[in-house]
Amino acid sequence: MYEGPVQDLIEELGRLPGVGPKSAQRLAFHLLAVDRADAERLARAIVQLKERVRFCARCFNVSEHEECRVCRDPRRDPSVLCVVEEPRDVQAIEKTGEFRGRYHVLGGAISPIDGVGPDQLHIRQLVARLGEEDIGEVVLATNPNIEGEATASYLGRLLKAMDVRVSRIASGLPVGGDLEYADEVTLGRAFSGRREL
Amino acid sequence: MRVERLELVDFRNYRHATLDLAPGVSVLVGPNAQGKTNLLEALHYLAIGGSHRVATDAPLVRTGAETAVLRTTARFAGGRRVTVELEVRPAGRNRAKVNGQLQSRTRDALGIVRSVLFAPEDLQLVRGDPGDRRRFLDDLLLQRRPAYGAARQEYERILRQRNALLRGLRAGRQGTEMLPTWTDALVRAGATLLAARIAAVHALAGPAAAAYRDLVATAPEQDIGRDVTMEYELSTGRSVTADPHAGVPAPAELAEELRAGVADVAVAERDRAMTLAGPHRDELFLGVGDLPAKGFASHGEQWSLALALRLASREVLHEVGEEPVVLLDDVFAELDAGRRRRLADRCTRFEQVVVTAAVDDDVPLEGPRSFVHAGTLVAAWPSADDGGSADERGTG
Ligand SMILES: Nc1ncnc2c1ncn2[C@@H]1O[C@H](COP(=O)(O)OP(=O)(O)OP(=O)(O)O)[C@@H](O)[C@H]1O
Ligand SMILES: [Mg+2]
Ligand SMILES: [Zn+2]
Repeated sequence: MYEGPVQDLIEELGRLPGVGPKSAQRLAFHLLAVDRADAERLARAIVQLKERVRFCARCFNVSEHEECRVCRDPRRDPSVLCVVEEPRDVQAIEKTGEFRGRYHVLGGAISPIDGVGPDQLHIRQLVARLGEEDIGEVVLATNPNIEGEATASYLGRLLKAMDVRVSRIASGLPVGGDLEYADEVTLGRAFSGRREL
Repeated sequence: MRVERLELVDFRNYRHATLDLAPGVSVLVGPNAQGKTNLLEALHYLAIGGSHRVATDAPLVRTGAETAVLRTTARFAGGRRVTVELEVRPAGRNRAKVNGQLQSRTRDALGIVRSVLFAPEDLQLVRGDPGDRRRFLDDLLLQRRPAYGAARQEYERILRQRNALLRGLRAGRQGTEMLPTWTDALVRAGATLLAARIAAVHALAGPAAAAYRDLVATAPEQDIGRDVTMEYELSTGRSVTADPHAGVPAPAELAEELRAGVADVAVAERDRAMTLAGPHRDELFLGVGDLPAKGFASHGEQWSLALALRLASREVLHEVGEEPVVLLDDVFAELDAGRRRRLADRCTRFEQVVVTAAVDDDVPLEGPRSFVHAGTLVAAWPSADDGGSADERGTG
């Protein structure tokens, strides 16, 4: 145990994903050693993140405005909606340049082990959008792992009753994978080869 | 394939040891608790990435050491040589090298060395619970086709999710609307396992019956018409009789059968908050003659049946690739003279077989002997007809 601010920082850092107690300690002592200016830049970036970045009111992507860059872009096709788990998946798909529609970010995947059911995700809002917007096709691009597949299959079932075409991105992606780590070519191919549910 | 050399560092009671193995039969001899089984365990670990005796790796590392290293050079058809090295690190992730090249995933180094091990623990195949027999099938499938491992992991993950959901339902934390989705996932992944396991049972049945018949054959006063039978009993209540000529039901059919089975136990599942149908509740029935082996077979019969299953595994593995090395731990001492002789006959047809025995005279096989003493290979002598190459290397 260290005292005061050092221990506080170690504890805060230790709460970050992928940071164990040892790494937290190393990071804390690193920050103690760096220039004040460097440390302040980091602190400011974190504050700014929380002040300036919020979630798009329409699609729940990260955004600096009420609506995100994609939702505000008039060149995007509003009739096609791509459903993803996290904002970082939007980034991954944008990089492929294969998709010209808009997004809907669920905020995770269904996982009973983690206590995440449909109510914990932005599924209600998705259904509402299908009622309000003129959407003809929904592409389910949840991760190709067990929880992502379950989420897609649940949504497929749920949306069947609605007047909309539902497709799932092709599973050329490695099973157990993560969209974020799929390379652009594979992900692009997965998009053009999506199949209707 | 065959193993040319095994090197151990800080594995079990070995500080450092090297064992050179010839083709054909090699015998490891020594009194109890000297390290004979440890050598077979190490070889088998290099093949499957786990011990046949313990579920965790900590006991494999010599007391006082942090990690153990297992290294082997194997020779394959056509003369190709591959060196596989595993560093067993109970405190972290294991490290694997193939031909000196560090592998990003340990599992990429597994399956290169192929082995079939028969050990006293295998009596559990006959005596133990259904889980022991399911593991037998799963381990064989995994060795035959590494992709089976991914399928099984997927099934286990789905099972955990579905059980969590059932617990959430019972506690009123989650709603029923997700249950059909997880049932879909369960029956789809479950059907993949079922198809593979039924195929394995079909493939094993013939060789297992033949091996058993072969072993017990001419014991004159015994009823010889007692053949080994195998059946795969699904959690749905249906049994699939092993038949090498029968095709495997299509996964889609099995999925529908499983779906019906899950529907049948729906009420009990909600009540007990656990998944009650699926390959995690299946059984491999083993019979000798008309009787179930479990509970009826004599000690010798159980032993012979378990051995027959391993010998059959060898055939099933050999069908799809390199011939596996056969490792026989303390087998001969348990068999009567006739069975010893017939097992020995079969062993001479194998590319390589490593046998352990506390008493050399129990092994009616020619071949180089290595003497195992307190974690060292202190002596070795070639048998009459063989200039065996196992020599003294160990240091205490
Ligand atoms: N992690 C370890 N560190 C040190 N010694 C160990 C370790 N694990 C096992 N041993 C020792 O290894 C010996 C057992 O070796 P092994 O099981 O290979 O015996 P064996 O020669 O096959 O004997 P038996 O004839 O009784 O089957 C025991 O003396 C045990 O104490
Ligand atoms: Mg032993
Ligand atoms: Zn948006």
